[in-house]
Amino acid sequence: MIVVIDYGMGNLHSIAKALEYVGAEVLVSSQIQDVKRADKLVLPGIGAFGDGIVNLRELGLEEVLREEIVKKAKPFLGICLGMQLLADRSFEFGEHKGLGLVRGDVVRFKFEDAKLRVPHVGWNNVDFQRSSPLFTGIKDHTDFYFVHSYHFVPKEPAAASCDYGGQFAAALQQDNIFATQFHPEKSQKAGLKLLQNFLEWSPSNA
Amino acid sequence: MLKTRIIPSLLLKDGRMVKSVRFGGYRDVGHPVTTAKIYDAQRADELIFLDISASREGRRTLFDYVRQVAEECFMPLGVGGGITSIEDIRELLKSGADKVVINTAAVENPELIRKAASRFGSSTIVVSIDVKKTPDGKYEVFTRGATAATGLDPVIWAKEAQNLGAGEILITSVDQEGTLAGYDTALIRSVAEAVSIPVIAHGGAGKLSDFKEAIAAGASAVAAASIFHFTDQSPIKTRKYLHDAGVSVRV
Repeated sequence: MIVVIDYGMGNLHSIAKALEYVGAEVLVSSQIQDVKRADKLVLPGIGAFGDGIVNLRELGLEEVLREEIVKKAKPFLGICLGMQLLADRSFEFGEHKGLGLVRGDVVRFKFEDAKLRVPHVGWNNVDFQRSSPLFTGIKDHTDFYFVHSYHFVPKEPAAASCDYGGQFAAALQQDNIFATQFHPEKSQKAGLKLLQNFLEWSPSNA
Repeated sequence: MLKTRIIPSLLLKDGRMVKSVRFGGYRDVGHPVTTAKIYDAQRADELIFLDISASREGRRTLFDYVRQVAEECFMPLGVGGGITSIEDIRELLKSGADKVVINTAAVENPELIRKAASRFGSSTIVVSIDVKKTPDGKYEVFTRGATAATGLDPVIWAKEAQNLGAGEILITSVDQEGTLAGYDTALIRSVAEAVSIPVIAHGGAGKLSDFKEAIAAGASAVAAASIFHFTDQSPIKTRKYLHDAGVSVRV
């Protein structure tokens, strides 16, 4: 069973439906016991980083996530804000401490070129930087749907990158953690394929 | 490279999908859920639902339609119509909307934009601006289904909406809407130059070259309804045309 973590940050209907569409048994929950009994975890989310991390803490989920992801090595998928929350720090409206599970910071897009608008909204091609079981059956440079003003600057190389006024991290992989800045649940066929790959994924450290 | 988006817009009125000309003369144009599925199959980049129901019951059906579409179409959905509160936004997002489109309430209660953006993120909040040309040739923002003059200048209002936290602007020319006579490119250009958030052009597309002109005027996305309902053009043909014209679109 996949638990989609409900921490009050945005539209969970779409990700739950998309996972069900590719055959997953899905539970949307904010309960610690559900996160503990899940086989796999999905942390979606849109909205502000500060609210997101506070909500996770208030629900008592910060420590539980650390336990389930790091110690129990459960396959984990973070999407958009759910990817950014893995970072050490974010600079969205002040400085916030993140979960610190993937080394790096979250910063705002800043451009000299007025043609590059913020937020970065729409379909942009994702360039694979390494092979990953999550990319199986998806062509390199496929377009995925993005909508964000901040992006993750990881210490280690990203699994996939995207170009918007320069390369930024479109996807990260670290052991049993996979995360995307784009929205697979909104990216039609290619997005559903990635979610199906997550369903079938058994990370080697798990 | 970021692609220019092609966005069919679907207008709903009391549970029916309709199409208007200059915000009047509504005609039924099919079922919204079926139509959404077709656009999804044609790989439209995004969909925008705008509800102009007079009644609360009419708006109920909007939630049902959004829910049904979100269960089968895994693509971005923007939804607007009658939003006046944070609670309305939350309910729409829960139904499966990814973005909410706010028009009248944004003008009448700008604080709603600020609150909504800080709560749900700027990228969730699209401010929709309906514009008419006044007899002296100036542009003016209208609300309440283009019936209420506001005295606002669209460029100034768009900047203000951006400062309040809007993530995108949907700019609709009331005069062009439903006429198939082309976008108001001067209006689009003036707004696109004034803001740094993406601008979605809306109102008037009747032939494929209209899309190209709106994009040349600075639109990050082109929204249209009549051209897809009443002509033999589709998102697929639009994409092919724009691609051949050198516009970066999904292939």
